[in-house]
Amino acid sequence: MLKKKLFAKFLFFFIIFNSNLLASEKEFLHVDWSFKGFTGKFDRSSLQRGYQVYNEVCAACHSMNLLSYRNLGEPGGPEFPINEVKNIASSFEVTDGPDDQGEMFTRPGRPSDKFVSPYPNVNAATAANGGAYPPDMSVLVKSRKGGADYIYSVLMGYEDPPANIKLDDGVYYNKYMDGNKIKMSKPLMDDIISYADGTKATEMQMAMDVTTFLTWAAEPHLEARHKMGIKVMIFLIILTVLVYLSMKKIWSRVDSEM
Amino acid sequence: MSEHTYVPESKFGKWFNDRLPLLTLSKHLQDYPTPKNLNYWWTFGGILTFCLVTQIVTGLVLAMHYVAHADLAFNSIEHIMRDVNYGWLLRYVHANGASMFFLAVYIHIFRSLFYGSYKSPREIIWILGMLIYILMMATAFMGYVLPWGQMSFWGATVITNLFSAIPIVGESITTWLWGGYSVDNPTLTRFFSLHYLFPFIIFGLVVLHIWALHVPGNNNPVGIDIRKPSKDTVPFHPYITIKDLFALLIFIIVFSAFVFFSPNTLGHPDNYIQANPLITPKHIVPEWYLLPFYAILRSVPDKLGGVILLFASIFILLALPWLDKSKVRSAIFRPIYKQFFWILVIDVLVLGYMGAMPAEGLYLLIARIGTAYYFLHFLVILPVLSSIEKTEPLPASISEPVLKG
Amino acid sequence: MDKPDKKTNRRDFLFTASYTVGAVGLGATIWPLIAQMNPDRSVKALATTEVDISQIEPGKSITVLWRGKPVFIKRRTQSEISDAESVSLNELKHPEKDQDRVKKSEWLVMLGVCTHLGCVPLADKGEYNGWFCPCHGSHYDTSGRIRKGPAPVNMEIPKYEFVDSNTIKIG
Repeated sequence: MLKKKLFAKFLFFFIIFNSNLLASEKEFLHVDWSFKGFTGKFDRSSLQRGYQVYNEVCAACHSMNLLSYRNLGEPGGPEFPINEVKNIASSFEVTDGPDDQGEMFTRPGRPSDKFVSPYPNVNAATAANGGAYPPDMSVLVKSRKGGADYIYSVLMGYEDPPANIKLDDGVYYNKYMDGNKIKMSKPLMDDIISYADGTKATEMQMAMDVTTFLTWAAEPHLEARHKMGIKVMIFLIILTVLVYLSMKKIWSRVDSEM
Repeated sequence: MSEHTYVPESKFGKWFNDRLPLLTLSKHLQDYPTPKNLNYWWTFGGILTFCLVTQIVTGLVLAMHYVAHADLAFNSIEHIMRDVNYGWLLRYVHANGASMFFLAVYIHIFRSLFYGSYKSPREIIWILGMLIYILMMATAFMGYVLPWGQMSFWGATVITNLFSAIPIVGESITTWLWGGYSVDNPTLTRFFSLHYLFPFIIFGLVVLHIWALHVPGNNNPVGIDIRKPSKDTVPFHPYITIKDLFALLIFIIVFSAFVFFSPNTLGHPDNYIQANPLITPKHIVPEWYLLPFYAILRSVPDKLGGVILLFASIFILLALPWLDKSKVRSAIFRPIYKQFFWILVIDVLVLGYMGAMPAEGLYLLIARIGTAYYFLHFLVILPVLSSIEKTEPLPASISEPVLKG
Repeated sequence: MDKPDKKTNRRDFLFTASYTVGAVGLGATIWPLIAQMNPDRSVKALATTEVDISQIEPGKSITVLWRGKPVFIKRRTQSEISDAESVSLNELKHPEKDQDRVKKSEWLVMLGVCTHLGCVPLADKGEYNGWFCPCHGSHYDTSGRIRKGPAPVNMEIPKYEFVDSNTIKIG
């Protein structure tokens, strides 16, 4: 039995070691996100505000080319009413075509269209932003160590550089960025937008909302996954208990002979 | 199976069985006399079968939506995650399934090491198992390339470059593997093709693995030969099936916890960035299950030497039945071997940890010691132990109280 | 898994319960594997197509792609319309009035898929001057109704509407 315990210990340490690896070297700001935990859900109104922040601030430079406008109305997301989704979509000019004459043309967007990108391609985006490509935000949260906490920390991490650090033009100091240098200027300031639902647009509020929105964008089925997970777990535990009792019954024939 | 003289009761059953003895096979599998003292470490064979089937089924289904093209692969995975009905579930099961598969296979292998299941007359079972394991690593590696993220791309680049270490023909081999001058679309499409093929080869090997097992029968925790059937054995069904099922359910609970509540923990964030041949991620690590070998590779300061040692560390396992000559199978009766077994377990875990750390300073030193010990264990300790170790007396049968003397 | 020894009722109940719960779980596991083959969200979202019909001359038709299938949009001549309207219902294999198949009698909008086995019929062919399916010889009239051949029913009319006099929205 000692061996089993030992083995369990090693396995435990192995997992701890590896999870240490996954945790980053830097401590990020920790937020008690509503989508964390086994039953985590998105805050609907935060998602809707988050979309507004993305649309009015981030979308000037960052694309989100894996999302479609219809996603904004789908269950588990911001759940805008269908009419509003149509309005949002039609407020964008979408390039379509070629038409019968072979020409490309623009038309108002439809819910089935992908989010319109601010730049036609990566090179254009890079050139327009001083050589730093503003990453596509569709899966940004999942592509960074620390996930939502990291995004939030970077948004809140702009500071004046310490005296010993010299920054080039177009480079900014950020406490949580790798190497502390970032080519994006501080994007959020109090009241740069006014929320449709009347919430006060503080820097922190906007950072929370847009991070929530980006987390949903990266993992749109998170709520469905959590919901199904709970059901599956309950089911498995019941079945396991039944099978355990059956096993005890069956083996009692052998064990009694021993 | 020929010793079976099973005759089906029904007329049709007899007619069918005379032409294709499937019913005899099924009867054989059900009645198959199994040592009654098998502990839960023995349930991982069944669990591994489950893992293989799960990977094949989910993989089959994912292949209906995946597009193997350098420009489209990344987005097709996201399409699966976002739009396909239950696509996120299928993909997370497949991705985490690979990790669970390796978790189970490592427990299975170390169980065999502890109880001496690789020893005569089970050498062929062991070798088949090792071939399965090697193919599993190849399959998992190629599968990891398919999402065409940054880790996919650079993992593929690093691993295929291993072959460039081979003198004279190395360059030609890598070019041949890539179908070009770097990892690119031709590499992706051939990896997809092979990733689809290999599981079926594995399946075939598993059938042989089980067939070979059914010739001598299961080893057992005491490691002694037993008469079959006898009061030391129970029929496979229902005794072993129900026990395997129970263990499997516990395993599925752990599996589900990952899939539903922490599906990306075992992956790497960089793989959610589309492959970019111009930028290497700062810290390249393989999936956790390959880390010990990665540590061995990096602990050698010479390119060819590292590659040789890497492959040697895997292929040395094939020779294990002849390196350990001790007649006693189970470590329970081998007091010294038992200690070395646990040291090996620690060594492999430490190597795994070092494989994930930067290859510098103390990490590198520890990785080198770990690598040296790994080979020492198999090449020196095991052969020497088999001649000098004083083993404890074995019981005459399972039913006899084991630790009497 | 059959016939474990039946000794007590409790054992029976236990095994039955295990089998039942297990079977439910198996079924629930299989469902996602089947459902994944149904049209996904992006496919379902592409349900509508808008078509400009201002360039179509009387007697001509265009074919547009909608949900991966051809849709015929035909601007019918007066004689084609009267041909279609004058047919008495009991001559038809699948009786439908022409008025019920069009929104404006000048425009016939219909799925260009033969209801027999899914080929695309050829326009202005066949014994009824409508469409003729070359695969197995089904003849359709100027309203797209089956008149002769193996096809069981008339060609299908998709959901569509006139956005304005020059634009049709299909779906």
